[in-house]
Amino acid sequence: MIHVSNLSKSYAKNTVLSIDQLDLQAGEIIGLVGNNGAGKTTFFSLLLDLIKPTTGCIENQGVQVDQSEAWKKETAAFIDENFLIGYLTAEEYFNFIAGLRGVSSSELEALLSLFHPFFNEEILGNKKYIRDYSKGNQKKIGIAAAFIGTPQLVILDEPFANLDPRAQMQLQKLLKHFNSEKGLSIMVSSHDLLHVSEVCQRILILNKGVLVKDARTSDITLDALRAFFSDDPAEESEAS
Amino acid sequence: MRILIVFAILYFALIFLSLGVGAYFIIEKLELGEPFTVINRYILYYLGFDLIFRYMLQPMPVTDVQPLLYQPIPKNGVVHFSLLKTLYSFFNWSHLLLLIPLSIVLMTKGEQSLNTLIWAGGVYLLLLTNNYLNIIINQKTAIFIVAAILVGGTAGLQYFELFDLTPFTQPLFSAMYAQPLSIAVPLLIALGSYLYAFSHFKAQMHLDTGLAKKTEKTIAIDQKYFERFGKLGLLLKNDVALIIRNKRARMAVFAGFFFIFYGLLFFTGAIEAYDGVYWRVFAGIFVTGGFLFSFGQYVPSWDSSYYSLLMTQNLTYVEYLKSKYTLIQVFTAFTTLLSSWYIVFGWDIFTYVLIGALYNMSVNAAIVLWGGAYVRTKIDLTSSKKAFGDKNAFNYKSLLLTLPKIALPVGLFALVDYFLGATAAKLSIVAISLIGLSLKPWIFRRVIAIYKKEKYQTLKAYRS
Repeated sequence: MIHVSNLSKSYAKNTVLSIDQLDLQAGEIIGLVGNNGAGKTTFFSLLLDLIKPTTGCIENQGVQVDQSEAWKKETAAFIDENFLIGYLTAEEYFNFIAGLRGVSSSELEALLSLFHPFFNEEILGNKKYIRDYSKGNQKKIGIAAAFIGTPQLVILDEPFANLDPRAQMQLQKLLKHFNSEKGLSIMVSSHDLLHVSEVCQRILILNKGVLVKDARTSDITLDALRAFFSDDPAEESEAS
Repeated sequence: MRILIVFAILYFALIFLSLGVGAYFIIEKLELGEPFTVINRYILYYLGFDLIFRYMLQPMPVTDVQPLLYQPIPKNGVVHFSLLKTLYSFFNWSHLLLLIPLSIVLMTKGEQSLNTLIWAGGVYLLLLTNNYLNIIINQKTAIFIVAAILVGGTAGLQYFELFDLTPFTQPLFSAMYAQPLSIAVPLLIALGSYLYAFSHFKAQMHLDTGLAKKTEKTIAIDQKYFERFGKLGLLLKNDVALIIRNKRARMAVFAGFFFIFYGLLFFTGAIEAYDGVYWRVFAGIFVTGGFLFSFGQYVPSWDSSYYSLLMTQNLTYVEYLKSKYTLIQVFTAFTTLLSSWYIVFGWDIFTYVLIGALYNMSVNAAIVLWGGAYVRTKIDLTSSKKAFGDKNAFNYKSLLLTLPKIALPVGLFALVDYFLGATAAKLSIVAISLIGLSLKPWIFRRVIAIYKKEKYQTLKAYRS
């Protein structure tokens, strides 16, 4: 589904991301883990053609993302508040995205009904503009919108951050549901190893822009993953 | 980017200064009456417009108070500090540039020095009253609307010679000169406004009162109406919501609305220099082009806060442009309708409004989008105070595009008018509008090419 080759992004002489080769299969939930500045958001921004790669390229569903726009039909993302339209209500925003993606209002309603436990009655029917919602609820709106029209690939940057524990659990369920029932490929980034190891089938660890670990969750324990973020070098070498 | 603000300040400072020096002599030359009396008559309007400008442009102190709340400073001190700080604002000291030279001129013309100084002090105190009034008005839009209608209404009544308020208010201001002790009145008014602002402000110094993020009441928009236009309707509906629900966009549309009255300068013969017949084409374009110029030139910046979304969604550039183009056309048609009262000046004058509208809808609607493509200004939709602070708001390429927008039709008209007369000249504008309409796809392709070429730069500017 996604093919990365010789990809790098530098600002002046500072290289923030450098991935020689990476292939991601369709139908998996893939977790991108790393500290601040590890290059997670940079990778997503490159994948969504929001920034220009310094070298190399990314192919998404067979097209190079900075050459063709065909990938936009089957890819959706929620990265940050720049993906929300602050002066719309949540319903209007969902309708807008549904309209762009050619989803009927009954299909939209069916989809949103899956999100009701996640929304916890704080989102729909509130007669409130999105800009007046709390950060956590804004995030819920953005995440739900990314699933409208069941695109092949959904990209979520730090979806668990700012959510309350209950909503985090609900989100895990939703991600698993869309992956196993609808066959969606999902990419999430996170600081939190626990969430990632819970939902993802494959985990990529980025450190200072370099891919330091690429493992299947079934093959690696949480402790081994933790070791990558430990300050103790002995532990780190033991894990790798 | 500060350079633009500096220029704006210098520009207005210069205007104030030259008005201060020149006002007396201008009034004298125009033989409007005894200059000092005339000045006292018009102070009323000066105060009124000052308040309106303050409302629209002066930044509020309340926004940067919050960090001070966590510091060991008495609350009263914080309030006094932020209220007094506003005195340093350009909106206050700029008036001194007018009042000081004016007072000097008055003194050299034989007015009493002390009395003149007291008079100037009184006027300045009233301007400071405006400063504090504005703080209160800013949170109550209704008061502003009432004030704007009052000022506009009185000005209108006077312009059409129905009723003149100024002879009644003039003695009030003249009294400040004649009776030095009467300065107590503006002094008390100014103090009163300060104290009122103080108590008003202080009551709001809590995170859950004045400093709280306000949840707006939503304004419903009829979804069904737009649905029948498919994807275009979807985008248009968003634009309507954008205009209705965001202060900044409302202001732009509001400003565009005033362009309608611009024609009065040209069609009434009020200003000699504008008597040339080709100026009427100019006026026609401006009268009906208010929305086009005030809103259109900032496309796509209006969508800056969610440009990333638009760039990753299932939406083509053509669909996007078409919605903006349609929006501009609809608004231009509406403005033309609102301008139809120009027919009282006769059919001939009204045809200039009509050809201006035609040119705007067929040619300028597309060209303004072209100009907007070069402007990369992140727009904070919820604030109306950034009118001077927009970076890159002026771009030489978009400036260059005013040529086909205005200079071309005016020039063409003047040329044809010179050789063949006014009727042929009007027809030539109709012809060039039709030619321009056929160029729309070409212009769209140019705009899209710019959008694509500058995509990353634009995103960077909008996301910062």
